Amino acid sequence: MSKRLFVKGNEAIAMAAIEAGCRYYFGYPITPQSDIPEYLSRELPKLNGEFIQAESEIASINMLLGASATGVRAMTSSSSPGISLKQEGISYMAGAELPGVIVNISRSGPGLGGIDASQADYFQSVKGGGHGGYHIVVLAPSSVQEMYDLTMLAFDLADLYRMPAMILGDSVVGQMKEPLIANKRPQTELPVKDWVVRGKGVGEQRVVKSLFLGDGELEAHNNRLHDKYMLLSAREARWEEFETADAELVVAAFGSTARIAKTAIMQARQEGLKVGLLRPITLYPFPQRAFADLTRRCKRILDIELNNGQMVEDVRLSVARDAEVHFYGRPPGAGSLPTPEELLEQIKKHY
Amino acid sequence: MQQVFKRPVSLKDVQTHFCPGCHHGTIHRLVAEAMDEFGVQQRTIGVASVGCSVFLYGYFDIDVVEAPHGRAPAVATGVKRARPDSFVFTYQGDGDLAAIGTAEIIHAANRGEDITVIFVNNTTYGMTGGQMAPTTLVGQKTSTSPYGRNQAKDGAPIRMAELLTQLEGVAFAARVAVNNPRNLLDAKKQIKRAFRYQVEGKGFSFIEALSACPTNWGMNPIAANERVGGEMADYFKLGVYKDTAEF
Ligand SMILES: Cc1ncc(C[n+]2csc(CCOP(=O)(O)OP(=O)(O)O)c2C)c(N)n1
Ligand code: SF4
Ligand SMILES: [Mg+2]
Repeated sequence: MSKRLFVKGNEAIAMAAIEAGCRYYFGYPITPQSDIPEYLSRELPKLNGEFIQAESEIASINMLLGASATGVRAMTSSSSPGISLKQEGISYMAGAELPGVIVNISRSGPGLGGIDASQADYFQSVKGGGHGGYHIVVLAPSSVQEMYDLTMLAFDLADLYRMPAMILGDSVVGQMKEPLIANKRPQTELPVKDWVVRGKGVGEQRVVKSLFLGDGELEAHNNRLHDKYMLLSAREARWEEFETADAELVVAAFGSTARIAKTAIMQARQEGLKVGLLRPITLYPFPQRAFADLTRRCKRILDIELNNGQMVEDVRLSVARDAEVHFYGRPPGAGSLPTPEELLEQIKKHY
Repeated sequence: MQQVFKRPVSLKDVQTHFCPGCHHGTIHRLVAEAMDEFGVQQRTIGVASVGCSVFLYGYFDIDVVEAPHGRAPAVATGVKRARPDSFVFTYQGDGDLAAIGTAEIIHAANRGEDITVIFVNNTTYGMTGGQMAPTTLVGQKTSTSPYGRNQAKDGAPIRMAELLTQLEGVAFAARVAVNNPRNLLDAKKQIKRAFRYQVEGKGFSFIEALSACPTNWGMNPIAANERVGGEMADYFKLGVYKDTAEF
């Protein structure tokens, strides 16, 4: 087993990208994710890779599109305002079925907002942030170890399903240091990339595109994409359950909020309250089954987010019809990160 | 009998959708001939842009990636960095390259990406029905400049070849036209020279080709052709602006 390291969440992402075979990175500086390009600008040249500090997030996502069209593993990272700029390219990648990993170490908004931890980009991430009706894989790490492991998973899922995959974190999981076991790249069996542009040689012409003008062509394309999303939902939903077996109330939270919620849940348990946690790890596909199964028994959910209510909509759509879903949210901004005591109070209020 | 004229192998044997008198088809042919002459067809990855040339893959028998509007130089950067052995060119209109894609073209050029850019300047947004472009001449009437382009409000037309020439990263820049046999032969020569830069790894090469859009200029093909050599070439001077290699 590899030795334990002590690293920042953002660095863990960069390390995992390299372990996953990613040698191409394109980005534009923005707080709080700059550790990722800083790390990769140092390491990729040593590995014969390419690091480009692009002129904008628009350029970086399109460089990712181009690199990915040739079949290599490639990545970009940014934070909320930059991710907004990338939406055009993400839509084109989804349309052209291109893999590629996009990291959003999100910050608070709207607009320039602030740099504090935020979960206000949930809708943008899981509902198709750009035009045209599509989905991407969205993974929400809540520890440095998960920043690492889920980054490698993101590359595999992107290749397996030929679609962009996003890591959605924030400054809490991005900036904190924790022990990390730098696991080896998983031995996933991946499909042959027989669709990449390579210079046709004596073979057939290949085209990577999202324009479909023939009669019925685009509808068929969209239906095929939809089938893929259904397959993804059936196979790849991931979540963590903590102390749910006998729980009378289950907290739903993801990413950094789930960490604070976990502390509050442990405090509640010490006071004899039967409280658990259901933490979606994949935000898309959303772990609907987990919520449906859980709420056949436990009828009370308290959804907690760093926003005024986004994931709670998916929770409501997933739970048993007679389950109660409560919500507690803190919109992001300086000083708005809730304390465990504050969440404990909410737990008691709804218990 | 000796065959003296044939279809370039890089070009497909299909009818194009271009309007009568449009120069896109001629420029396509010159690009295909240059590809044939360097024998690069089999390792070429073309990057299509959004405009009347969006169907690049329908006419060239090469691998193609389609870029979002204006982003072709960024897409080409990703392609070329990931596959440095491939021959990469973008083919972009003036709305695409000189308006929405100005950041991408300037920075790809400034980085000196080892790619070739074919920039087709027809002083209008052809595909969307002839709106004002950044290259529309002062006084030119378009569907969104019904009183003629007004320099005080709209600025003067951008000369991209001259602009890019300023950048250290640009190795070769030329403006050509295909409106008469002499210009056409020179255009072919300059496109070949631009390709040679990439073939020999000598850096970023740029061709601006003046092009007729009879449909949106409201002219017949002959009058449109004459406009290219007339008021267009008066403002957008033909010539080689930068030529840094010794070959
Ligand atoms: C983001 C975006 N904005 C606008 C459009 C609409 N659009 C399609 S082609 C085009 C302009 C094409 O003009 P040009 O680049 O000059 O090419 P031409 O057709 O003249 O060859 C525009 C504005 C688009 N496809 N995407
Ligand atoms: S609209 Fe203009 S640019 Fe487009 S095909 Fe017709 S003539 Fe050519
Ligand atoms: Mg045009």
